[in-house]
Amino acid sequence: MAEMMTGAEMVVRSLVDQGVKHIFGYPGGAVLPIYDALFQQDEVKHILVRHEQGATHAAEGYARSTGQVGVVLVTSGPGATNAITGIVDALMDSIPLVVITGQVATHLIGSDAFQECDTVGITRSCTKYNYLVKDVNDLARVIHEAFYIARSGRPGPVVIDIPKDVQFMSGAYVAPKNVTHKTYQPRVKGDLDKIREAVELLGKAKRPILYTGGGVINSGPEASQLLREFAQLTGFPVTSTLMGLGAYPASGPQWLGMLGMHGTFEANNAMHDADVMLCIGARFDDRITGRLDAFSPGSKKIHIDIDPSSINKNVRVDVGIIGDVAHVLEDIVRLWRNSSPQVDKAALKGWWEQIDLWRARKSLAFKPSSEVIKPQYAIQRLFELSRGKDVYITTEVGQHQMWAAQHFHFDEPNRWMTSGGLGTMGYGLPATIGVQLAHPDALVVDIAGEASVQMTMQEMSTAVQYRLPIKIFILNNEYMGMVRQWQELLHGGRYSESYSEALPDFVKLAEAYGGVGIRATHPDELDAKIKEMIDTPRPVIFDCVVDKTENCFPMIPSGKAHNEMILGDAAEDIGSVIDSAGKMLV
Amino acid sequence: MPPRDTGPVERHTLSILVDNEPGVLGRVVGLFSGRGYNIESLTVSETEHESHVSRITIVTSGTPMVVEQIVAQLGRLVPVHRVVDLAAEGKLLERELAMVKMRGKGEHRVEALRLADAFRARVIDATVESFVFELTGKPDKIDQFIAILLPLGVVEVSRTGVAAIARGPDAM
Repeated sequence: MAEMMTGAEMVVRSLVDQGVKHIFGYPGGAVLPIYDALFQQDEVKHILVRHEQGATHAAEGYARSTGQVGVVLVTSGPGATNAITGIVDALMDSIPLVVITGQVATHLIGSDAFQECDTVGITRSCTKYNYLVKDVNDLARVIHEAFYIARSGRPGPVVIDIPKDVQFMSGAYVAPKNVTHKTYQPRVKGDLDKIREAVELLGKAKRPILYTGGGVINSGPEASQLLREFAQLTGFPVTSTLMGLGAYPASGPQWLGMLGMHGTFEANNAMHDADVMLCIGARFDDRITGRLDAFSPGSKKIHIDIDPSSINKNVRVDVGIIGDVAHVLEDIVRLWRNSSPQVDKAALKGWWEQIDLWRARKSLAFKPSSEVIKPQYAIQRLFELSRGKDVYITTEVGQHQMWAAQHFHFDEPNRWMTSGGLGTMGYGLPATIGVQLAHPDALVVDIAGEASVQMTMQEMSTAVQYRLPIKIFILNNEYMGMVRQWQELLHGGRYSESYSEALPDFVKLAEAYGGVGIRATHPDELDAKIKEMIDTPRPVIFDCVVDKTENCFPMIPSGKAHNEMILGDAAEDIGSVIDSAGKMLV
Repeated sequence: MPPRDTGPVERHTLSILVDNEPGVLGRVVGLFSGRGYNIESLTVSETEHESHVSRITIVTSGTPMVVEQIVAQLGRLVPVHRVVDLAAEGKLLERELAMVKMRGKGEHRVEALRLADAFRARVIDATVESFVFELTGKPDKIDQFIAILLPLGVVEVSRTGVAAIARGPDAM
């Protein structure tokens, strides 16, 4: 005999049965019954944000740092539309979210009712899947299915739109174990013949490269472990996309640093000159490949991805393996051990010698200053002074994000939360809230820019309300730094609307929110101030006043190939390097 | 920026089995518009009433790499059961139904009836000054019929779009 309850009670019960401890949301007319059900229990804790976008990013931070599904609850109309940015962000970066939206009562749908919008229509193209639940007896099944879809295969956001009358109606509850999906059954084991072919190619490689991405992180800690094991077995060099940082340790001997537009000289040149490339859970994004027809022209390419549509999407590969990274790597490691290929040790040695020559260029080097804080230096100090602590880093989007990726080093997966695909300014601050909630004793820092952070600054209030000791480390150069950099390099130094002529006093702002404000303006005081921040057990906004005109290098100019990188010292020549076609690219 | 794919543009007919749920056609069509793929023809109808399965037939065009990508993108939509590129299998059977209304008098009417007979089109409505013909066939046969009938006074055409199935004993 099925248990009877209201739709609102079913929502809460389903969350409990899915093991959800925290949800992020904002109440409104169309979700009041669910909020009423939340009020009458204490198994699921609701975190009240200040804007629905903040709820989605907080849920993303929660999901990314734990591997669990992040849950959001918002009302109809503006509640749903405000959540869209975070939903698209989660889709682009493959973050599992379940977003529950209220909807006007079923008899009002289509009548342009108050706070009505076509949520399933609007979110159809920006979710992995979405539902409008019109019958309360479908509700529990739909919620359990949504969790399954969000976390299975290539993870992503799922929206469940629930009309208010359905929340009031009584229906039969279905437990998660009784729910299976008839069409969506992603394949996790890779084709063994293809894996054999891959191992054979890798065994003959003279200039191999492992190009890893966010798929390794999404596949779980075992995947990172297997990646390390395989790297150690083979001695092959490893690089990673922005999303994959931490899967292979930055302190590991085979680590080349990040690749792509602001990747290291050694990583990009190794990609370009490689003869066998193993792409693991990455997607040949335009930030990675640079000019497509000059992308790693001489390599045989092997691609592991759980999403069949990622294979051959941007770059033709020689061996495409559809499957979960951990499952496929397990087979690769096993086959490698069994067949113990006769690797060309001399060639591999020569390859590493070449890589060391590239490394010697020290592409991340910058001119130090004793007068002004260089943004890269600030991140280096933050990294050094937080070493040995349980650290999680989030970022906003722009120069500071790239500098963080270059100069903050990650030895473990799930420690780095950033908006890679969508590039959402305003991601980092709310993301820290989700991360801190999941890891109450950790040091959680948003490496931010003063422009980005103002997009979701109001979530500082959320952090104060829940006593979450997040640290907002703002590299304040008064510019939208990456926009300013492109304007300098591509638009003749015409800084159109990229300078903020008015900025808040971030120290006072922190205090106004009930947090702590710290400011550093000189390199000499930086260490002491960072230590003060780390030791403050309350939310902190750190206003780190940095060099206003520093550019982020190295850089692959738009429309150029991996081996046409611009290094910091050569920066002045850059204007002539980008042709008119390149200017068309973002 | 060089084109990412320089292969020949080909016409492909895709059969897609989907759960017949609200919005499923929107998902499929939205995928095509959102990612910049072509739809030359689209038909959809429930084919297995008991299991709520519909069959969508889409005629599209693109380079082999683009068509491969379309199939993969369709395949990952949650309510999609199967996607088959019928052209790739070389067993394509295509049919389309058209209703063609012509208006005319005298010799034009006689000529139109003669042509309809040659194309095996049926008259499904007639007045003293008009006919409606029904014609089933491959899309190019219908194109040809309409083209020939045009000077005789075609006033409107309604076409179903292509339905397709594979030859031989096996289901998709």
